[in-house]
Amino acid sequence: MTHSSWAYLSNYLIYSSMAVYTLAFFAHAYETAWAVRAPESQTPEGNLLTKTLDYTRTEKVARIATAFMILGFVLLFAGVIARGVSAGRVPWGNMYEFSITGALAFCGAYLAALRKYDLRWLGLLVSIAVLLTLGTAITVLYRPSAPLVPALKSTWLVIHVSAAIISGGVFLLANTIAAAYLYLDSMQAKGERKAWAKRLPSLEVLDQLSYRLVAFVFPLWTFAVVAGAIWAEHAWGRYWGWDPKETWAFITWVAYAAYLHARVTVGWRGRKAAWLCLFAGSTFLFNYVYVNVWGTGKHTYSGL
Amino acid sequence: MANQIEVPELTGFSALRFLWRQLTSMKTALVLLLLLGVASVPGSLIPQRSQNPMAVREYFSNNATLAQWMDRLSLFDVYGSPWFSAIYILLFISLIGCVLPRSFEHFKAARALPPLTPKNLDRMEFHSRFAGRGDELAQGKVYLKKHRFRIREFEGAISAEKGFLRESGNLFFHLALILILIGVSLGALFGMKGEAIVNVGERFSNTPTTYDSLTFGKLFSDGSLTPFSLQIDNFEAKYDLVTNAPQDYTLTVTATDKPGDTPVKRIIKVNSPLSFGSTNVYLQANGYSPVVTVRDKKGAIVLQGPIPFLPQDGNLTSIGAIKVPDSTPQLGFVSSFLPTAARDAIKGGISSFPEALDPKLLFSVWQGDLGLDRGIPQSVYRIDTSLMKQIGLDSLKVGETFTFTEGSITFDGFVPWVNLQVVRDPGKNYALFGAIVAILGLLASLFTRRRRIWIRANSDGSIEVAGLAKNAAPGLEREITEIVEYLQKERR
Ligand code: HEM
Repeated sequence: MTHSSWAYLSNYLIYSSMAVYTLAFFAHAYETAWAVRAPESQTPEGNLLTKTLDYTRTEKVARIATAFMILGFVLLFAGVIARGVSAGRVPWGNMYEFSITGALAFCGAYLAALRKYDLRWLGLLVSIAVLLTLGTAITVLYRPSAPLVPALKSTWLVIHVSAAIISGGVFLLANTIAAAYLYLDSMQAKGERKAWAKRLPSLEVLDQLSYRLVAFVFPLWTFAVVAGAIWAEHAWGRYWGWDPKETWAFITWVAYAAYLHARVTVGWRGRKAAWLCLFAGSTFLFNYVYVNVWGTGKHTYSGL
Repeated sequence: MANQIEVPELTGFSALRFLWRQLTSMKTALVLLLLLGVASVPGSLIPQRSQNPMAVREYFSNNATLAQWMDRLSLFDVYGSPWFSAIYILLFISLIGCVLPRSFEHFKAARALPPLTPKNLDRMEFHSRFAGRGDELAQGKVYLKKHRFRIREFEGAISAEKGFLRESGNLFFHLALILILIGVSLGALFGMKGEAIVNVGERFSNTPTTYDSLTFGKLFSDGSLTPFSLQIDNFEAKYDLVTNAPQDYTLTVTATDKPGDTPVKRIIKVNSPLSFGSTNVYLQANGYSPVVTVRDKKGAIVLQGPIPFLPQDGNLTSIGAIKVPDSTPQLGFVSSFLPTAARDAIKGGISSFPEALDPKLLFSVWQGDLGLDRGIPQSVYRIDTSLMKQIGLDSLKVGETFTFTEGSITFDGFVPWVNLQVVRDPGKNYALFGAIVAILGLLASLFTRRRRIWIRANSDGSIEVAGLAKNAAPGLEREITEIVEYLQKERR
């Protein structure tokens, strides 16, 4: 196959994965809605105000939804690989490629966490977020596949960027959960959870989960920053130059370190911790969006 | 007032001690850490002298008063500013003051035995009681030993503890942060950084005068420059024929470590510098130097050689100034060099490809006073033509000559130039080592669960198993269940 047919295949796979994520989204939405409308007759003791949800009849839909999530992941994975093959390098040369790989990492983090925790409910948010990311990527950020500029030609590209992308995926997952925490918390403050939200885990579980995710990837993010510094030393002659990208990576690191401290040593939990988590995550997003697109400095590989 | 709060008299030593306690409290450290994060924000939004001097100059020309005020607050040199330094020096002191004592304490505690089994085990987070058969303590000891708990036996009870690595890792992480800060400071104090543009075919020797720009750390002296020299043999750039993007740069040099050593052929690439001890030589940028010969009216050569031009775009459309101060009157050629000449309806002559496929030299000839003696530093790429008048205009291909009233100029050819960056950073290995220890320490601290487990055989024959996890580490419940099952297992 020629380079351009690999690039074509990659686009085709990414469009297909978007179609599958759309299906996953609808399946998740349907699952949630159907469980709520469980007829009263099946739960004799339940009264109208506290509908007991019936998951037995949604189980099948839920499985289909998860199957779609997995299929979407596989298609996206193949799409990212094909993109790499078409360019003859790792597919992390510009912002389009960062975005599709980031979406892949986010989705991968969700599927990995799903094996351990009952997170199926989050599929609704994850599928939407992945769709938005892929949609933006393919319409706004798209660039034809091309080889790398010399500064990017390094093993450290693979090491540094993969660590950063995986950390980013998990940070965003933690953010999604923290946001869900805040939403459900304010819903509960007004009274009981709405029927559709009843199947979501308790606030304590959400609180713990976002902390665990952050604690789990914080070392990886530290490693990503250090690997970036080592690479910068090879390419530019200094390991740290306060380039905007580096500065914001540092700020993200400090923010998450503060979050961990706040939890472990000061004992923050709940709303305060969730807000801090969201804040730290937004410094990561800011780095990705602002510094890549409008920033100056040595890290302007967005290709825009 | 009788119920006045007792305020310690803040004189001399006690005041110092009070300040030291405040500074080394964790709260202060956290505030300083957050402050460091916040303080690094403006430098990422406002252009910095060290990274983008042009943009800073633009700031000054757009709004001089505002820019002056910003400059007074060091907003164009945030990362070297007094206030930024103050924050990280305070953080540094705070970290030392807070982590060192903790480390001593911790390593003392590491040798101590776990605490005695408390009376009321049922108050613990996880607790289980069942009827025993008699061998539970012995079996429990086997289990705990196998799982590498530290054990203390006392009067029919075992207390066990595991997960000391958590604190050790945590302390190593914080100590490593100090090491990174030391590495960074060493680099800033004893390092140097210089840049030089060198034409292919020329020689570069590592002495202060060969540099175009050179900055030293506060405690660096000229004599510490490593005495290497490089002969620039060849520079090759490969470009993508479709996108014009650079694909590969290779610089071949003949390097001499110190005078008298045998020269060795070496290669420098963008991601692989050449090292001389802790001094590295990087390939930073490249461009073209047109080679010209300028003759006066009588045909005598007044200027000959390659002159570095400054690239303006990705296709290496380059501008430059050919200055001839030794002719009377002085001559100047405001020039551009186009590696692959093309015409653009708006911009005029531009280059359409970065490789020199169809090179052309465009210039206007000026006569008069170059203004070099006025003491104002001038760019080597530009000519101040305010005291000159234009006497000619032409474009030449390689080998062609243009003759004007005061003489002639011949475009002999061109050579590539490379921008070498020479950096010496004696602190970087400390910083790297610190970073590695920090990551390992983090992993140890975040993935180790510290917990205590007690097993007691009561006088009524019942067995109690209880556990307590520090920081609500997960998984203890399962562990307790596992021990209980192990103790209750039938044994032959
Ligand atoms: C004077 C300064 C500091 C003190 C006394 C301090 C103390 C501590 C303590 C007691 C812990 C909790 C250990 C545990 O119970 O597991 C901790 C964790 C941590 N600290 Fe610090 N720290 C300081 C400064 C810093 C700084 C400057 C950073 C850099 C970003 C940092 C990053 C961390 C991280 C990432 C953790 C891990 C949190 C966790 O265990 O979940 N600390 N620190």
